[in-house]
Amino acid sequence: MLLIHCPYCDETLPEVEFAYAGEAHIARPADPSALTDEEWRDYLFIRTNARGPHYERWRHVHGCGRFFNALRDTVTDRFVTTYRIDEPRPVLTPLEAAE
Amino acid sequence: MTTHDHDFTAAPFLIEERPWSPRLSLRVRPQHRETLARSLGLDLPSRIGHRSVTDKTELLCLGPDEWLILVPAQGRDDLMAASAEAYAATPHSLCEISDRDITLRLSGPQALTALAAGCPRDLGSLPIGNAARTVFDSATVILWRDGQDSFRMDVWRSFLPHVRAILHKVKAELSSGL
Repeated sequence: MLLIHCPYCDETLPEVEFAYAGEAHIARPADPSALTDEEWRDYLFIRTNARGPHYERWRHVHGCGRFFNALRDTVTDRFVTTYRIDEPRPVLTPLEAAE
Repeated sequence: MTTHDHDFTAAPFLIEERPWSPRLSLRVRPQHRETLARSLGLDLPSRIGHRSVTDKTELLCLGPDEWLILVPAQGRDDLMAASAEAYAATPHSLCEISDRDITLRLSGPQALTALAAGCPRDLGSLPIGNAARTVFDSATVILWRDGQDSFRMDVWRSFLPHVRAILHKVKAELSSGL
């Protein structure tokens, strides 16, 4: 079982309490009607599908109920870090990127 | 005459249903927490899972902006009135949710073992006097640790038959020495 650190509860808890919520840092376009169909499609459906470090959203659904962001390696399933939804994207150190 | 829950068969743990009592859900943004606590006369703990207990009122912090309040019926009316008065100056939501949950008390030497059957958390490390919202076999529950082997579990009423059935099965297994 994966253990995930919830930045709001400040505790490391079993994965069963959490729900995955897709890729993080995808901002909704400010003026959707100005977009072409292709740009709108990209916003809605096209995702990074990263192999390696991936910024993603999780929700502590059976707990504080909060959404937060995580940096997880999709190859090893290791959580590098988790951070609050209003915090900037943490920079990968070369060591973590090499893993 | 008072009735007591006797434990004749030396069961590994005891499941009791607690009588109905009012409970309220309070939501307020962190920047308004202290102002609201002053106007309601409550001590709102800021750490998730921490409780504050004043004579008959119990408060539990469930999230960065969410608290659960257990009050006696009289206190509830006073609190609702104070909340209505403070509303214009401090936006918040105080909502009665008394009928949503039913509380079970689990006690006995193997209460922790029974909870481990459905809850993935390490409950042995939950400090006495704290509480946690967690999951018990797919149902969200709030677990209050009142003593080493004494827990309260708030379950949404529609999930109660499911939770009860699991606990009774675990009880039968533990009683038979499995």
